[in-house]
Amino acid sequence: MGVDSPVILEMRSITKEFPGVKALDDVSMQVRAGEVHAICGENGAGKSTLMKVLSGVYPFGTYTGDIVYQGAEMRFRDIRSSESQGIVIIHQELALIPELSITENIFLGNEPTRFGAIDWRAAKTKAIDLLARVGLKDDPDTAIKNLGVGKQQLVEIAKALNKNVKLLILDEPTAALNEADSQHLLDLIRGLKGRGISSIMISHKLNEIEAIADSITIIRDGKTIETLDVKEDGVNEDRIIRGMVGRNLASRFPDRTPKIGEVFFEVKDWWVRHPQTAERFVCKGSNITVRKGEIVGLAGLMGAGRTELAMSIFGRSYGQFVSGEIVKDGEKIEIKNVSDAIDNGLAYVSEDRKVLGLNLLDDIKRSTVAAKLTKISKASVVNTYEEHSIAEDYRKSLRVKTPTVDEGVAKLSGGNQQKVVLAKWMFTDPDLLILDEPTRGIDVGAKFEIYNIINQLAAQGKGVIVISSELPELLGLSDRIYTIFEGSVTNEIEASEADAETLMRTMTSKKKEQAA
Amino acid sequence: MSGIKDLKKVFGGNSSNARQFGMIATLIVAILFFQVVTGGLTLQPTNLIALVSQYSYILILAIGMVMVIVAGHIDLSVGSVAAFSGIVVAKAMDSWGLPWGAAILLGLVVGVVIGAWQGFWVAYVGVPAFIVTLAGMLLFRGANQFVGNADTIPVPEGFTVIGAGYLPEFGPNTGYNNATLLLGLVIIVAVVYNEFRLRRIQQKMGSERAPLWVSAVKLVVLVAIVAYAATLFAGGRVGTSFPISGIILGVLVLVYGFVTQNTIFGRHIYAVGGNSHAAELSGVKAKRINFFVMMNMSVLASLAGMIYVARAGASGPQDGLNWELDAIASVFIGGAAVAGGIGTVTGSIVGGFVIAVLNNGLQLLGVGSDKVQMIKGLVLLIAVAVDVYNKSQGRPSITGFLTRGLRRDKNGIAASDLPPGAQNGVGRDAETTEPALTPNGDISDVQRPKATTPN
Repeated sequence: MGVDSPVILEMRSITKEFPGVKALDDVSMQVRAGEVHAICGENGAGKSTLMKVLSGVYPFGTYTGDIVYQGAEMRFRDIRSSESQGIVIIHQELALIPELSITENIFLGNEPTRFGAIDWRAAKTKAIDLLARVGLKDDPDTAIKNLGVGKQQLVEIAKALNKNVKLLILDEPTAALNEADSQHLLDLIRGLKGRGISSIMISHKLNEIEAIADSITIIRDGKTIETLDVKEDGVNEDRIIRGMVGRNLASRFPDRTPKIGEVFFEVKDWWVRHPQTAERFVCKGSNITVRKGEIVGLAGLMGAGRTELAMSIFGRSYGQFVSGEIVKDGEKIEIKNVSDAIDNGLAYVSEDRKVLGLNLLDDIKRSTVAAKLTKISKASVVNTYEEHSIAEDYRKSLRVKTPTVDEGVAKLSGGNQQKVVLAKWMFTDPDLLILDEPTRGIDVGAKFEIYNIINQLAAQGKGVIVISSELPELLGLSDRIYTIFEGSVTNEIEASEADAETLMRTMTSKKKEQAA
Repeated sequence: MSGIKDLKKVFGGNSSNARQFGMIATLIVAILFFQVVTGGLTLQPTNLIALVSQYSYILILAIGMVMVIVAGHIDLSVGSVAAFSGIVVAKAMDSWGLPWGAAILLGLVVGVVIGAWQGFWVAYVGVPAFIVTLAGMLLFRGANQFVGNADTIPVPEGFTVIGAGYLPEFGPNTGYNNATLLLGLVIIVAVVYNEFRLRRIQQKMGSERAPLWVSAVKLVVLVAIVAYAATLFAGGRVGTSFPISGIILGVLVLVYGFVTQNTIFGRHIYAVGGNSHAAELSGVKAKRINFFVMMNMSVLASLAGMIYVARAGASGPQDGLNWELDAIASVFIGGAAVAGGIGTVTGSIVGGFVIAVLNNGLQLLGVGSDKVQMIKGLVLLIAVAVDVYNKSQGRPSITGFLTRGLRRDKNGIAASDLPPGAQNGVGRDAETTEPALTPNGDISDVQRPKATTPN
């Protein structure tokens, strides 16, 4: 493999324009047979657009440049025509139908037929075979909705294998996966490589890219910056970041001298039931404290109950509250719903901006003030001036990239949307901010800015709880970290004494380990 | 700043205003078209007065309906609710001798009670509004016939003012109805004052101001239209002038326009319709909003029913038939989104007037009701199709279509307006919103607020 193997795909001088924007400007790249080729770039750099050109989502004629695949020039009209050549794209948002079974999903649009009727027996036999190849042991009749997202990802790959894939395109395949599932997926990609299937992978997780990619094309502002050979060029994360942002990020985390005060917020013996299955507890007697000016990390695998804990504290927004108390500034407080929580100075920035954080139909200014309209209202009438000037202040101080605050939030990039969400909660004057995956899906440069904002909030004496699946982020950002496993807090450790390994140990086992 | 951009500001700079301009342009085109083909009958004072008094109740329904639709629901029961309130009010006056002022209050109370009933099922039980109001449609139609014995009940003279009354005659004989002229004058003063206030606010906020000539052109056009309309309404047959029902409508439009855009309640309606999960996590009490929106609709339906009864002089079993369809059509022609979260009171009123002018013009031309219905159906379909098409092209709905040459900035697509699959696809622009977070199906870890349960 590597440098000597033949080129399977070459994209030459691809230029793609949208009205007013040049999304791709003379981008070229080469993928060799049987390699894993990573595409790196900040959000909006043009990675997804490039892949949509390749897979025929943007058909021939809507872009300029050539696609040469297996020695022939390709002119894809749509996804089907690229799939017929063995190029299969797996999108970030999985394209599976939750109500249908694994088999039905794998063969959707590709159903084997006998005498005009679907031959389910053949389909199922083939499905079992495909599932074995991706290492999934579930019954092919299982409905997709009953699978975890990691397994769903595997089903997507099985579906691609069924299409005789030669070139697999994965757009952020591990974004929603926990460490174990990610690892499994990466192993699988490596396995496919062994069988001669090339992959193109877009990912923000640079450690994964470093681990799996053979070569890397870096795109910035719609242009190819460079192509790196991982082994020969001795590529590491910092090297990739330098290419992506065009500068050295001295540190991925801004400097901060914590000024930590007294404990002002305590959650005691917190029990919460699962919303559907009453016998299951998502929080099992959790105890948590937060000091003024402190950044507290919550570490845990997906499904461990981090978000459940956060949301149930924030006005019982998740599950059925059973028992427990919240003490703030030495007094027991009752928080029965979200408005109680906001009134008591709590803020929760959800992990899913688009589904739980923002009304995508709204503009920036309205979104900014949405969580505390009373603050700028008299007799329930909203003062639209104040709204405008407040939004404008936040736009400047958080450096939201937008011409005006009248712009719709749907038009902003992920990082800027996140800034709007942060502004929305900063506007409520919270004493405690719970940030759930605050940098998920955000590019490196914007992440740094978000970290800065978090640090500033802490410097103002606010307590901050950060939930993150990225352990380096938790370690870099927090003062103190709790690990959570299956609804229980399994460890509490000063960040300075922790490393990824110690955290991972208590994130994956029930035993409470004493930080020795 | 280019002249074209300034010109756009005559109609308001942002996309929602521009969108309304598109609607208004459609309306003006419709009026002019019928004015020509009817040989000038459309803008005859008598016709205009009739048009307003004939359609005011549909437009009142459209006000409530747009709020319901923005919140993400629908109300099919409005015609039946109107008919039921009408018969109760008529019966109260005819059989129980209730004075008409009290009867109006009674009618509104009936609206509140019915609205609370429907709101309860929609908001607190979580039955889809389509079903609740479909049931209500049958229920209250039947109730109307039950109360009125499927017969017609006349209403007394005094009551008819709200439906068939006009602004009174007073002062010197000018050949016009002085009260209507005065009303026109008041509106002109308000329009001018409002423009100056707007400019002052823009200055204070330091935001980009349109040049003075833009304001001047805007004012001249508006003042001319109001003045012309005032003389038309004031110059009708003696004894007629601007209808009282039109005044009720105007007041409601102002009040509800303000409520929806400038109050916390109004903002919350849009928040719930746009993304109810996000709204709840921002402290919005979505159930309460849904309840009040449904309740408000029934109150307005009762009012519309009473106005209709007052105009007809009697309440009958066929009152309010198919009103819901006209009201819903008005709202969608006025630019609301089926999925909720988008729509304005003004837009819906303009949409309602488009339907009214269309109905009226076709009637003047002597087109039969069979063809009128067919034409209305097609107009609704085409209006919404153009809207959908333009949105999928990234243009701001009808406006984009009408002012294609004028607009250079392209406006975004509201995500929920796209079919779910299209979000990855062609309709999406570049990578502006990348990376979309994955609303995946991981059962164990997709956290949903507990209120995800019914609605």
